[in-house]
Amino acid sequence: MNKIILQVENLRTSFFTRQGEVKAVDGVSFYVCEGETFGIVGESGCGKSVTGLSILRLLPEPAGRIVGGKIVLNGTNLLELTQKEMRAYRGKMISMILQDPMSSLNPVYPIGDQIAEAVRLHQKLSDEKVEQEVIQALRLLKIPSPEMLLRTYPFQLSGGMRQRVVGAIAMSCHPRLLIADEPTTALDATIQAQYIALFKEVQKTTHVAIIFITHDFGVVANICHRVGVMYAGKIVETASTKELFNNPKHPYTTALINSVPRLDRKDARLYSIEGQPPSMLDLPPGCRFFPRCPSALKICGEKEPPEVKLSDGHSVFCWQAK
Amino acid sequence: MNRSIRRVRANIQMTFMIPVIVLTLLIFAAIFAPLLAPHPPTKTSLPNRLLPPFFMEGGKTNYFLGTDLLGRDILSRVLYGARVSLSVSVLVILITSSLGTILGIISGYLGGRTDTVLMRVTDISLAFPGILIALLLAVVLGPSFKTVVLAISILGWAPYARLIRGEVLKIREEAFIAQARIIGSSSLRIMMRHIFPNVINPLIVIATMNVGLVILMESALSYLGAGIPPPTPSWGGMVSDGRNLIDRAWWISFFPGLAIGLVVLSGNFLGDWIRDKLDPRLRQL
Repeated sequence: MNKIILQVENLRTSFFTRQGEVKAVDGVSFYVCEGETFGIVGESGCGKSVTGLSILRLLPEPAGRIVGGKIVLNGTNLLELTQKEMRAYRGKMISMILQDPMSSLNPVYPIGDQIAEAVRLHQKLSDEKVEQEVIQALRLLKIPSPEMLLRTYPFQLSGGMRQRVVGAIAMSCHPRLLIADEPTTALDATIQAQYIALFKEVQKTTHVAIIFITHDFGVVANICHRVGVMYAGKIVETASTKELFNNPKHPYTTALINSVPRLDRKDARLYSIEGQPPSMLDLPPGCRFFPRCPSALKICGEKEPPEVKLSDGHSVFCWQAK
Repeated sequence: MNRSIRRVRANIQMTFMIPVIVLTLLIFAAIFAPLLAPHPPTKTSLPNRLLPPFFMEGGKTNYFLGTDLLGRDILSRVLYGARVSLSVSVLVILITSSLGTILGIISGYLGGRTDTVLMRVTDISLAFPGILIALLLAVVLGPSFKTVVLAISILGWAPYARLIRGEVLKIREEAFIAQARIIGSSSLRIMMRHIFPNVINPLIVIATMNVGLVILMESALSYLGAGIPPPTPSWGGMVSDGRNLIDRAWWISFFPGLAIGLVVLSGNFLGDWIRDKLDPRLRQL
């Protein structure tokens, strides 16, 4: 196994609103190794994006705050850094790609300048060196004739191309960890497949660790080595991608996998999970999936399930897991 | 298609050329007023009082645009008045727009308590009658060029701050601001490099609109005796001089008024042109 680059332990992030404390991330633990892609899958509002923002410490303050846990990147607990020290980590050690390529670039600057800005923020280099780095970053993301594109403005590029430029900015300082928050959601299916293939290659050349946040199981199967399934602020099941698809243990994981439309089965109706995720302001006492769980027991509604460790790093929070 | 592109280009040229020519001429007139003016601007000549412009009956060609109640040459006074009026408006707009932009960006980007405090100060400035402050200043400091600039600027930044803050609130939610934070930019850097260029357009629009307001404000102050002290000619002052005689000697107010109108219109045209130039989407046309 490769070296662990990021270790998140019992991370808790809350939003303090007028209605009360919203525990958006409530005790999440996982790790990512060098050259590995860890997927975080879940419905909208389950806390997966907040987990990503917490790692970068870019929560919308003062409402959002990390209230507990540890985020250890390469031996340093990020939660103990000052804002200034943290800024030096952003872009240089950890980078992030956002969901919307259409507005992730500043409309008033040519793309070459925007990548150069990221390079200059972290290294003192001569202008020629900076341009070399910029072109190298564009090459890494397989952008054709990068020298020609330096002076183009974001609006002159297609959505797929823009998202590649965003990727080039993210990779321009050779970060050790890349957080990709639904980077393919705004792209159409063919471009999406290209983009994912591109990321696999980028990872092969740079050995960067990737946290891939998505709600799309198809994408997970394609790019992730290991996956954490998130539900209402908790990771309910973690396993290697293969293990998760072949042998899901948590009823929520099973339900999610079953609700993906498939071409090889002729079901009359697509499976869907009954009910709604619980309100984050008023969580049920036991397992958070209890109200919607098809195979719930009495204890599930009373006590939170413990972590059950199965073989090969497969772990699940469920009373029924064996 | 081709034709419409050509027409757009022609329009851009027109809206650029006309105001540039007008403003260049006026600035030229202001600088070279002593050489161009046929009479000293403050020289009274009672035999020649209330002369109409040369093209009217009784007009004299050496008093080209006529004379006022004291027989001072209107053309000379308009030329000299350009000095005062243009420099007051340029100075005031520079001061108010920079101050308003800085406060608006800080207020909008930082939000929270900073925003609340700054916006309440802005509210108070907007609610306060500017003339009152100006009169107060004129009494305390004595009417002078500096007093006029200070008096118009002291409350004039508030509309800028308000407008810019609104724009910033919209821009700071854009993904590229989040992206800038992700690559490790500091707040100061984000405000200067990422937010400021995106508020230039509305800034230019209201700055050019303000040229007229400033000149009118200056004339109101002159009218109340808190402006540029007479006999130094200023356009606003000249317009108010002629107000009581508008039925008998319209030229006293008309020509300085025309100059004000030309400056305001040129400012607006130029503002439009700059805005088009700054929009990268139109730059390619």
